[in-house]
Amino acid sequence: MDRALQQGDPPIAERPPREREGWLALPLALFFLFFFLAPLGLLAGISLRVTPQLEGLGLVQYAKFAGDAFNWSVLGQTLLLGVKTVAVTACIGVPLGLLFMDAPRRWQPILLFIIVLPLLTSVVVRTFAWIVILGREGLLNNLLTGLGLVAAPVRLLHTELGLVIALAQIEMPLMLLPLISVMSRLDPNLRDASAALGAGRWRTLFRVTLPLSLPGLVAGCLLVFASSVTAFVSQTIIGGGRMVLMPFYLWQQATTLFNWPFAATIGMVLLVSVLAVVTTLNALGRRSRALVHG
Amino acid sequence: MARPAGAGDVSYRVVLGLLSLVALLILVTPVVVVLVTSFTDSRSLRFPPPALSLRWYRSLFDPVQSAQIHAAAWNSLVVAASSTAISVVLGTAAALAIARRRTWWSQALDGLFMSPLVLPTLAFGLAALMFFSTLGLPLSIPLMIVGHVAIVVPFILRTTIASLSQLDRGLLDTSASLGAGPFYTFRRVTLPIIRPGILAGAFIAFMASLDNVSVSLFLAGPETDVLPIRMWSMLESTLDVRTAAVSGVLIFTTALLVVVMDRVVGLTRRIS
Repeated sequence: MDRALQQGDPPIAERPPREREGWLALPLALFFLFFFLAPLGLLAGISLRVTPQLEGLGLVQYAKFAGDAFNWSVLGQTLLLGVKTVAVTACIGVPLGLLFMDAPRRWQPILLFIIVLPLLTSVVVRTFAWIVILGREGLLNNLLTGLGLVAAPVRLLHTELGLVIALAQIEMPLMLLPLISVMSRLDPNLRDASAALGAGRWRTLFRVTLPLSLPGLVAGCLLVFASSVTAFVSQTIIGGGRMVLMPFYLWQQATTLFNWPFAATIGMVLLVSVLAVVTTLNALGRRSRALVHG
Repeated sequence: MARPAGAGDVSYRVVLGLLSLVALLILVTPVVVVLVTSFTDSRSLRFPPPALSLRWYRSLFDPVQSAQIHAAAWNSLVVAASSTAISVVLGTAAALAIARRRTWWSQALDGLFMSPLVLPTLAFGLAALMFFSTLGLPLSIPLMIVGHVAIVVPFILRTTIASLSQLDRGLLDTSASLGAGPFYTFRRVTLPIIRPGILAGAFIAFMASLDNVSVSLFLAGPETDVLPIRMWSMLESTLDVRTAAVSGVLIFTTALLVVVMDRVVGLTRRIS
């Protein structure tokens, strides 16, 4: 360092970190400008067109969307599906996360492999599996009738319950990975301290472990929500034709009815509602991090 | 602990144990079920299968019967490989610029580059279709690749930034003070250290592109059919049992890839 100083270079400590490398972000920034932001801008522009032939300019499509109760129910059902999937993945994901933390070290890689398993199988494969499990002659119905729990096969495929169960598996890694990465940084002494002070395990879970894991939980909820509301393949195949959700609605308007302005409007509504939920959750996440760290 | 286990502790163990069991069952059963079903002898998706055979695999590998599936699989591989390669170059460069910087523009760019992860990508797929057809470009494999890059680049960015944050800056200063130029330093110091991060990200990006539906759905046409879209239409219209065989092939190939990648870069450790 002394030698560098003698040669007239600025002292290393005063140099801003890697000043010269800022321009390296430029190629990707340009790529995003042309192939991500520009298309989304065009989407917004087309949603303001009046006719399917892309004439006129105005909020006609939005008025049309808002004026029909059917559209509101489609939007509501889609967002509700996201909430239900988040609830189920959180309810079974947190216990699995706790199990992972308590598991012996040599078991942890195996558990982690099971947790990321859905990420490593194609979305169509996962959906296919649930058809076999939930179908009339599927695994679950055979099990239920075999045990004498139900007389005739129950309808699970093409129901919302079936869809939520399937999505819970499909999205589980997105919940567990952030959760585990936060949980594994928790000081194990805190739990021991809580127990030593006389708190039962439930109390320790709800008063110590869960509040401290909140940042990971929020991040997981965010990813699961965003991913389940756009899960087109699972929604159309497991949900079936009786349930119209935003992704299918958008796809149908764009590719079978060729009503681009209305399809773009559905896209914008979906985009803005998901963005609103994500921003709210993000703000909550920041609050919870502030709570944890100080 | 000397404290006797109370009723609360027992209920804690029972409830959490049961819920974890449900979670594990939900995670593992589908994969097992697909593998078993792919060996079925039957035309239906009855489970357990009445008899076992390789007929669906034979039918899948038959070049005449499954020509469309083969073409779609080839397209998928080309798109996944190319979009991953482009994303590695663009993503690594951007990661070098953004990592550990706390300026307003680096934060803004980070948010922008990561946004495809949390935005409904289906809306982007539609936007891409509208964009390309407004420009008068017919659907083609290069356009599909461009569409996929925006979706998969966040994965590479995330793992590369994570490994850059573990890079000791002192090493770079040492290299510079010993007279190495920035490019030489990158090649001989930075790259070897962040290579596992880039590779792990590239693997996830490759899988994400191979598996992408939201963008491919809009950009796939007769000439640009890709595997997930082909499988989706096979399932949607006829519940074709060959999808089980495709699933089987995909599961085996991925499992093999994961084992290899885990040996090379410690993949499972890096994903979390």
